[in-house]
Amino acid sequence: MAISDVATFAHLSEADVDALGREFDAIRRDIEESRGADDAAYISRIISIQRRLMVAARLTLFASSFPAAWVAGTAMLAAGKILENMEIGHNVMHGQWDWMNDPEIHSGTWEWDTTCPADQWKHSHNFVHHTFTNVIGKDNDVGYGILRVTSDQKWHPVHLGQPVYNALLALLFEWGVALNDLDIEAIRKHEKDPKEIKRQLKGIWRKVRRQVGKDYIIFPMLSGPNFLTTLSANVTANLVRNLWSYMIIFCGHFPDGAEKFTEEELENESKAEWYLRQILGSANFDGSRLLHVMAGSLGYQIEHHLFPDLPSNRYPEIAERVRALCEKYDVPYTIGPLYRQYGQVLRTILRLSLPTKSVPPVPDAPGLRRASLEELRTHAGTMAPQAAVS
Amino acid sequence: MSVLSKMRVRVIDPDVVADTDDRRGSESNAGPASGSNAEVVRRLVARMTTPLLPDDYLHMVNPLWSARELRGKIIEVIPETSDAATLVIKPGWGWNVNYQAGQYVGIGVRLSGKWHWRSYSISSAPGTGGARYQRRPLTITVKAMPEGFLSEHLVRGLEPGTIVRLALPQGEFVLPDPPPAKVLFWTGGSGITPVMSMLRTLERRGTMPDLVHIHSAPTRESAIFREERLALASRHSGLQVIENFDDEHGVLDGGRLIEVCPDWKSRETWVCGPAPMLAAAEMQWEKSRLTKKLHLERFSAVLTTSAEGGHVVFAASDKAADVDGATTLLEAGEAAGIQMPFGCRMGICHTCIVPLKKGVVKDLRNGTEYQENAGVQTCITAAAGDCVLEI
Repeated sequence: MAISDVATFAHLSEADVDALGREFDAIRRDIEESRGADDAAYISRIISIQRRLMVAARLTLFASSFPAAWVAGTAMLAAGKILENMEIGHNVMHGQWDWMNDPEIHSGTWEWDTTCPADQWKHSHNFVHHTFTNVIGKDNDVGYGILRVTSDQKWHPVHLGQPVYNALLALLFEWGVALNDLDIEAIRKHEKDPKEIKRQLKGIWRKVRRQVGKDYIIFPMLSGPNFLTTLSANVTANLVRNLWSYMIIFCGHFPDGAEKFTEEELENESKAEWYLRQILGSANFDGSRLLHVMAGSLGYQIEHHLFPDLPSNRYPEIAERVRALCEKYDVPYTIGPLYRQYGQVLRTILRLSLPTKSVPPVPDAPGLRRASLEELRTHAGTMAPQAAVS
Repeated sequence: MSVLSKMRVRVIDPDVVADTDDRRGSESNAGPASGSNAEVVRRLVARMTTPLLPDDYLHMVNPLWSARELRGKIIEVIPETSDAATLVIKPGWGWNVNYQAGQYVGIGVRLSGKWHWRSYSISSAPGTGGARYQRRPLTITVKAMPEGFLSEHLVRGLEPGTIVRLALPQGEFVLPDPPPAKVLFWTGGSGITPVMSMLRTLERRGTMPDLVHIHSAPTRESAIFREERLALASRHSGLQVIENFDDEHGVLDGGRLIEVCPDWKSRETWVCGPAPMLAAAEMQWEKSRLTKKLHLERFSAVLTTSAEGGHVVFAASDKAADVDGATTLLEAGEAAGIQMPFGCRMGICHTCIVPLKKGVVKDLRNGTEYQENAGVQTCITAAAGDCVLEI
């Protein structure tokens, strides 16, 4: 059931919410004040590795008719594109590195290696999704206008096809992202200015031409006799990137425990309540440092949503503090291994293709810090009676 | 010039910057090499590197091989006095411009991960023409200011080999070629630097006019370029160098100036120095209604400010507003009827960023100050004094 008041849901008094808000403000301040040469070196190193990977991949693929070269080249190209989209592009466009005052690594100038134009991404993602996170009817990322990912979305026979849409979206993720800011739903309801639609389509078309030209025409042609094998390598690399980013991104807000909200929640929402909504609406996954980097640090989805514009390399230390605060205030902090988080997502998508209204049952595993709605209600009754009544 | 707008101008519309005589024709500003062939090759290669530019890869091989952001390499740091040094900078690709003697250049230096920008007058003489001269090293001369952490770093902390960023030379404080027949230079302290470039240029071109140069410095030891100026005077009979050391002769004001240079009224005059000196000059020349003959260069050190609110100019929209220190730039712009980019209005989404061209703005959340050449989030910043936004 979607939440219409985060404070009541999290059984916190007004004073507690405000105190929590101040704690998060303090984390932001500490990180902002300590940003420095090490952080700058981090993003420079990642960018350098990514560009080397791209050069090595393209060169290797000139010999793509040799199976070993095909495999190595494709792997490097996929890894390079994943790094670029996830840890570099997504985070740079969030303004995480704007503080360096370097126009070459700046949210105002960055363009990424995918078909979605940066300006449209920044609108649909940085603004709409990160401001109205998980608010049904406001955040287009709740199911991306195609999928029913929460029982709060009304069932329609069209949802019977969900398993297929889901598979297609995974394979063609880059294209789904490119079209996301168009907001097909709004177009269908004639809520959108045709001029704006035209402007956006033009932007997408310009970007698509360049991306397709590079991956599917220019580099295959430069490979000469290896045209077809280079083409298949490039298609494969883009596909791998699509599948990976789809999986990581779906683990951000669709696993069990990541709550959805009604538009009522937005009314008079304070900054502290906004923080709280970000925590309740997001899910982390754990893993090695390499996994986190390849996932664009989205394994720290909660921290990313609290502080979308703080440098991603600082999320691990931020996470320690956020987790401690969540323990202290007894706020659910959703985290689990990647395979289980994605397993829950897949199960939800399959189940909600049917007109079921039941919330998927929540498996309780040791080390998993999360609470069901019932548990929270019990807490609300015992711990903060005034909040529960209000 | 703002970093962001500068980039837009160079990358997207090279014609905009190619509107002065110096830069017209073969000297396109957008390519590593001049000439349209190189430009065509660059565009073709950019099809392969999209969404990046070839420069983004090349500068990893050699930091100077990028025209995306103008770069330079410090090849030498020459101490001039106890607190001033000359930086010899080799410009990288894209520096296909010739500067004029007297102009200044923006220099960006990275400190603790962050690029800081300041403008300094160029002290070297420009090349005498032709593309091959234009990538010769240029020099700026910097005086360490007591509270200027950046000037301090430039004078004492910069190692040869350091890569800096450069902004295109600009400034109206220039000498026409050929120069007027009778000239007066009046300089104080580090205000000597643009005039040194002019003196060197006059000597190189062999066009030294009847010139009086009055230079003030606190002490004899702190006078920058002293030997070179005296040597110049000994080589050119038309050049008269007058020195004033405050500790020996007292401060040279407008009254003393007309004593040491009685025919000042007949001379085209260039003045560069501390604010009181500029004010004295302005008053003196205004009294005699000769301001047309007076050229001033103002150095305003951009330091922290306690100002709140100010006159905000929205340059591209040709609008302005007087706002208080609690009104965000976004609100101010919208109130002035400008289509400001906006997003979350709470400082997290970075979609409202606008380049700050001049002045200082303050982050209302934590008091952080942003100075010119930064892109600022308009939804959480307010003017701290007069400022100019590029929108």
